Amino acid sequence: MNLDLFLQYVVAGITYGTIYGIVAIGFNIIYNTTGIINFAQGEFVMLGGMTAVTLARVLPLPAAILVAVLVTTVVGALIEILFIRWLRHPSVLRMIVITIGLSILIREVALHIWGEGVRALPYFTGTSVTSIRLGGVYISPQVLWVVGISAVVVAILGGFFRYTLLGMQMRACAANRDAARLCGISAKNMVTLSFMLSAGIGALGGCIVSPITYVSYDSGVPLAIKGFTVAILGGLGNSAASAGAGMLLGILESFSVSVLPAAYKDVISVAILLVILFVRPSGLFGSAEVARLKEF
Amino acid sequence: MNENRPESGKVRHLPAGSPGFYGNRDTQRGGGGQLMTKEGEMRGKIGVIIGIVAFALFLGAGVQAAEPIRVGAILAVTGGASFLGGPESRTLEMLVEEVNAKGGIKGHKVELFIMDSEGKPEKAVSFAKQLIEEKKVLAILGPSTSGETMQIKGLAEEAKTILLSCAAAEVIVNPVAKWVFKTPQKDSDAIQAIFNQMKEMKITKIGVLSGNTGFGKAGKGQIEKLAPENGITIVANEVYDKASTDLTAEVTKVKAAGAEAILNWSIVPAQSIVIKNARQIGFVGPIFQSHGFGNIKYVAAAGAAAEGVIFPAGRLLVADVLPASNPQKAVLVKYKNDYEKKYKEDASTFGGHAYDAFMILAKAIEKAGSTDKEKVRDTIETMRGFIGTGGVFDFSAEDHNGLDIDAFELLTVKNGKFAIY
Amino acid sequence: MRKQGLQIAGFAAVVAAIQLATFLTGNVYHLTQLTMSAYYSLVVLGLCILTGYAGQISIGHAGFFAIGGYLSALLTTHNFSAHGGRVVSGLAAMGILARRPDLYGGELLTVHPWPACILAVFAAVAVAYAIGGPVLKLKGHYLAMATLGFGIIVYRIVLGTELVGAADGIYDVPAFPLLPGIAVSGKSSLRVMNYYVAWGFVILGMVFLMNLVRSRVGRALASIHGAEDAAEAMGIPTARYKLKIFVVSAAFAAVAGVLLTHYNGGIGPSESSVMKSVRYLAIVAIGGMANLWGALFMSLILNYLSLRGYFGSFDDAVFGVILILIMLFAHEGLLRRQLLDQIRGAVIRRGGGDDP
Repeated sequence: MNLDLFLQYVVAGITYGTIYGIVAIGFNIIYNTTGIINFAQGEFVMLGGMTAVTLARVLPLPAAILVAVLVTTVVGALIEILFIRWLRHPSVLRMIVITIGLSILIREVALHIWGEGVRALPYFTGTSVTSIRLGGVYISPQVLWVVGISAVVVAILGGFFRYTLLGMQMRACAANRDAARLCGISAKNMVTLSFMLSAGIGALGGCIVSPITYVSYDSGVPLAIKGFTVAILGGLGNSAASAGAGMLLGILESFSVSVLPAAYKDVISVAILLVILFVRPSGLFGSAEVARLKEF
Repeated sequence: MNENRPESGKVRHLPAGSPGFYGNRDTQRGGGGQLMTKEGEMRGKIGVIIGIVAFALFLGAGVQAAEPIRVGAILAVTGGASFLGGPESRTLEMLVEEVNAKGGIKGHKVELFIMDSEGKPEKAVSFAKQLIEEKKVLAILGPSTSGETMQIKGLAEEAKTILLSCAAAEVIVNPVAKWVFKTPQKDSDAIQAIFNQMKEMKITKIGVLSGNTGFGKAGKGQIEKLAPENGITIVANEVYDKASTDLTAEVTKVKAAGAEAILNWSIVPAQSIVIKNARQIGFVGPIFQSHGFGNIKYVAAAGAAAEGVIFPAGRLLVADVLPASNPQKAVLVKYKNDYEKKYKEDASTFGGHAYDAFMILAKAIEKAGSTDKEKVRDTIETMRGFIGTGGVFDFSAEDHNGLDIDAFELLTVKNGKFAIY
Repeated sequence: MRKQGLQIAGFAAVVAAIQLATFLTGNVYHLTQLTMSAYYSLVVLGLCILTGYAGQISIGHAGFFAIGGYLSALLTTHNFSAHGGRVVSGLAAMGILARRPDLYGGELLTVHPWPACILAVFAAVAVAYAIGGPVLKLKGHYLAMATLGFGIIVYRIVLGTELVGAADGIYDVPAFPLLPGIAVSGKSSLRVMNYYVAWGFVILGMVFLMNLVRSRVGRALASIHGAEDAAEAMGIPTARYKLKIFVVSAAFAAVAGVLLTHYNGGIGPSESSVMKSVRYLAIVAIGGMANLWGALFMSLILNYLSLRGYFGSFDDAVFGVILILIMLFAHEGLLRRQLLDQIRGAVIRRGGGDDP
């Protein structure tokens, strides 16, 4: 394999990886404040993409994306208020089943609103055949958009959690819910906020990747599974690690195609995940100490 | 029998929940929904009227003339193969409505039962048994996918019920089973048409990509079989997931293997991802697609990348620009216009497969002058020169598909529209 | 013990009554879907004991169903006559390979369904043993992910392998002669017999599981569900019990897979999809988790309605709605006396009733 080819696979891997990473970050935000995995996370991505495509017919592209993100954020808040907020100490098993149910429901509603067709936003720059040539490697400008916007989102999120009062309150809830409550933080509102944040980020992700991946009513589940894989691979709750793990899995998948039949691409990534779960359940970048302290 | 009278001559979705399905989606697709509401309201009245009419007929001409023809359809209306089942079920609804408005086939109204299998074989089996044993249908139209068809092929044979499949795989009719027919064109003919073109373009090394669906699998098998006979070498051969979101790695592998052209075989949206990614990584050779490319939606999704893609297809897609001398022109234009007027969406070749299945059955009943299963089947088997959307069908005891390479036209995309290559 | 006997007898009477009712009303066709539901119920029962009683979630049980069904289908349809050789003729002489006619008048030399079935179930059990150890060490979301991952791997392998038909699945699977005169077969003439065979399997499974729950193993499972660390401290070998129950539950799924495949005459990749696993888990949840009768009842009703096509294009939607409603308002299942009290309590307190 020559260098150009090698780099081309790396570029492909980065494209996959960024998409997975952005879904995984959504998982982590909710997991951190509630300790639950939201299996409907992929549906937020789908909803964002679908809404933006519909709105893009009447609004300019940036406005359509903005409105779509806001709409999905509201949906996220509604879901938390209607289905999660009033449950007292639900078990992990029960939360898994509820969010799975929500995922099915959102998907079916989307099917009956938008039909079975496949949609996409236009490329932000150029057309579907435009690509930038760097040496022997070709990159679609949309990939740069995705990577760039994702990097900005991760940076803003980091700043938000570190420097704003709201962010610190959310982190306090994540660290110890009871102690946070004693300090006068409304844990319930923090949970709602985390659903809104994660829905919004999911929706934004759905918008920026839709020119590459397309979006249809059933595109949420495969993304959610990949995002979940990446979140665990990086260590649940660690957003920066998710971004890294996403890249790793993406590049791994890309290179697995180069040597093995592509039909087994998913088998390989999932098998690697299982091995990591067996030998290091806290994730690649997670700390075993922290994982032990998490409640289940 | 009287229980069924009230609904006779209506499209019936067996699933009780279905009415709202079309009604709730795009408003344009309200056809089915309206039909059902009306049926609900008027069921009582119609029941009484039909009861009286039936009784009168019974006293007069005998019950034979009024008995509806029961036809089942197992289609993947939702689920992963809904891009097939959706247009197919809408086409059948439209046709049944039209036929019944004209008084049915030889005085028999048609009663259609559409079952949504979601593309799952176990559901197709359950529904096939229901249709055959309970509804005692004359024929089953569909299923939409090859896997489902093969699972119920044995059931249809055993129960001596006509099966007119809308799925493409050649194993459905090869080896020939007495009661099983199919309407989509043969994969091998599509591939031969492509290979002929490649030979003309002096292409000898190709990269093959295919989706992990029944269609992709069947096509891949035929490509591997036919390539050596045509002096074509397959330098890369990859199967990808039907829900793939990006295929850059796959096309990179194909390009690295030195392919002069890419031949992609899938019917799913991933087919437009392939061409996009191939152009993005700087692949400049020609890209060939299967006859599953026949949906303008995917062309729109691929945008500029779709330009110049070469693929074989039935003539439905270019109905408007066909010369008037083409025997199929009238049929194609009528179906296309009717469908697009009713549902406000582009007609696809998939809906055309259901059109052909239904019309072949209707024609056979008419010609046989009977609703006897055996007679209708024999008539289909000896039917020659039937003009459908997929081509001109010439059935025989050895050929239960009836189409050959002439059914295909090589098409391409010019300025976002289908054109003859 | 007597109560258990009565329950089983009562259930058997219900099964017979349903058959009689369909006969009297002329709706014998419904037995086809009821038979299919029975086999799916076997999976649900096995999962109920694992998830409900032992508290170990699995989102990969369709994988075990598929291993059983696919292996049996492959062995009973793969034609060995082309292979020739001494091994093949030896196996044929032992009765492991049997000749049968195919749909087109030819002859096939395939594995007899009995050895195929045993091999298939054994394979599923072996897989369960192999992955059970490391998987069951995990808890909570990690366990969910690991079982989901197992399910995905089986699905991908099934979908990507030409030998098992890739996207088309395996078809023309022959009937399964269980005993002389009794066969698992989709033939309409054998409909009533198959109905009783299928529900006979369910009753057998039920008796086995009910005894298991009441035994030492059952009490150990309950203690694992309640507080695993405490159980471990009390000297209960939790890992061994969990593995045991995982294997039992996989065996139930595999047996169901084998039988349903022979009944339907084929199997496709949709049987191993993640959605299928989710459905099994959801039925257990709707039935009330640690409630075998609840799971059985819900499985019977929901599978029957779905297979009859009553939900039309809303199959998954109806399922999702039921699932959410039950999980929100009656997460210990519908079949439960306290439910009424709870609703009354909820109305008074104007809040949801929940427990840790």
